Amino acid sequence: MNRRFSWFNATALTLGFAFLYLPMVILVIFSFNESKLVTVWAGFSTKWYGELFRNQAFLDAAWVTLKVAVMSSTLATILGTMAAYAMVRGGRFPGRTLFSGMIYAPLVMPEVITGLSLLLLFISIGLDRGVMTITLAHTTFTMCYVSVVVSSRLVTFDRSLEEAALDLGCTPFQAFRLVTLPIIAPAVISGWLLAFTLSLDDLVIASFTAGPSSTTLPMKIFSSVRLGVSPEINALSTILIGLVTAAVITASLISKRSIAMREADQQAAARA
Amino acid sequence: MNWRRVLLIATPYLWLFFFFLVPFAIVFKIALSDYALSIPPYTPQLDLSQGWQGLVEFFGALDFENFAFLAQDPLYYTAYLSSLKIATISTAITLLVGYPIAYGMARAPEEWRPTLMMLVILPFWTSFLIRVYSWIGILSTEGFLNQTLMWLGLIDEPLAIMNTNKAVYIGIVYTYLPFMILPIYSALEKLDTSLIEAAEDLGCSRLSAFWLVTFPLSRPGVIAGCFLVFIPAIGEFVIPSILGGNETLMIGKTLYEEFFANRDWPVASAVAVVLLAILIVPIILFQRNEQKQREADQ
Repeated sequence: MNRRFSWFNATALTLGFAFLYLPMVILVIFSFNESKLVTVWAGFSTKWYGELFRNQAFLDAAWVTLKVAVMSSTLATILGTMAAYAMVRGGRFPGRTLFSGMIYAPLVMPEVITGLSLLLLFISIGLDRGVMTITLAHTTFTMCYVSVVVSSRLVTFDRSLEEAALDLGCTPFQAFRLVTLPIIAPAVISGWLLAFTLSLDDLVIASFTAGPSSTTLPMKIFSSVRLGVSPEINALSTILIGLVTAAVITASLISKRSIAMREADQQAAARA
Repeated sequence: MNWRRVLLIATPYLWLFFFFLVPFAIVFKIALSDYALSIPPYTPQLDLSQGWQGLVEFFGALDFENFAFLAQDPLYYTAYLSSLKIATISTAITLLVGYPIAYGMARAPEEWRPTLMMLVILPFWTSFLIRVYSWIGILSTEGFLNQTLMWLGLIDEPLAIMNTNKAVYIGIVYTYLPFMILPIYSALEKLDTSLIEAAEDLGCSRLSAFWLVTFPLSRPGVIAGCFLVFIPAIGEFVIPSILGGNETLMIGKTLYEEFFANRDWPVASAVAVVLLAILIVPIILFQRNEQKQREADQ
């Protein structure tokens, strides 16, 4: 569809992207505000960033969040990739419908229900709430996202490549490591990144499954936000927005490069 | 069937079974229990040491009292209705805002489109909580919006938006907009422009060509986008608790407060069971729509 890029389309795009980005731009600008009053500009200052890094409660929460995110996204990537493999390559097995339901349901489940049900599970099996329970909870809901991302790549994967490796004497594990994994790697990496950001961002499920000594960053942000806007939170948000933007741009550059390399390979193969 | 395949299927299967399905069974069970001043705060507790007799007593003590309570207390059904209303209105607004953006993207020069796509996806990767939070500074009484409007002389008194349902609508539209734009964009991008040209050659005005050709062909994207906004909006907790006020009743918030403030686990579980029952219909409709789309694509 490529015709008549009219003033109407230009206006729609300008207004639309202004709506999407203006709130975050304003937030970033006011994080450099001298005044404690977040809505009155009183000159440029980076003092709130200093305050933030001296705030031990925030640093502790950030550490808990990072630990949970790294552990849960790694575990979720392994389990999610296995689940995708089982769904795409597993053939028929008893309870397949239930399995696919269990993979898709957490994607649409309200967080309050997931959080409540996991908390009740942890209590009934007598597990002490803390970093471990948050990690288990995050692994469970993020592995479904990983599995969806990886299976969309597996579906388009040419199986004869794997069969060729097996015919040439690879063990199944070698075939997976040398042929399948490099091909699905971009999907596995984006699955890990998705799981990582979802875990980093989650408030509701963490609130249900956290113990008294394991406050995560979103929980800390939420409790201070309830008291109103604070310049420290603006500074923290700016750091997080900056990190995510850098990560997304890097990821898209890497995938662009890998597409360009694949095209170059194909051209070389066509010439040969 | 070799052991490798069994291990591959069984590991994620058992994980989801234990951490997804079993917890639901527990929620159902507690929804049928009664509130009690004990730890954990509900009764009956399953006591397997008493054998068969204990099991019979346990099941005899379960009942639907909590559901009857939910039906009687106006707080709960108004919260359910109000969630449905807020989700419906915000889905409609998101569609009105998102459609022109998706349309503009599909009509933009081809070399712009990957960048535009990334600009739509980027907010989705940014913290949900922060995106909701960013509106406090804009909507509050001394916020950016009121200051700008007063400076322009458009209003004399600050508008009361923060802590009302209006702020909740803005928050939902803002945070879920990418979910509406992406499916509509992918439907519009596939559209064969010669169809619109044909309609115009046959005497349609541009507007009627849009209504008779473009819009009907983008309908699968519109339906998918609406479900992707409507379903999570019903159970939303973060937006009503940060931007909403006392008048804002939403069931996700009610459940959270019932559990953490009132510590009434059986009622909170019953609220969750009913919420799930409400969500099942749109979820099934959504899955059907996706299925139809996949079949149509093949």
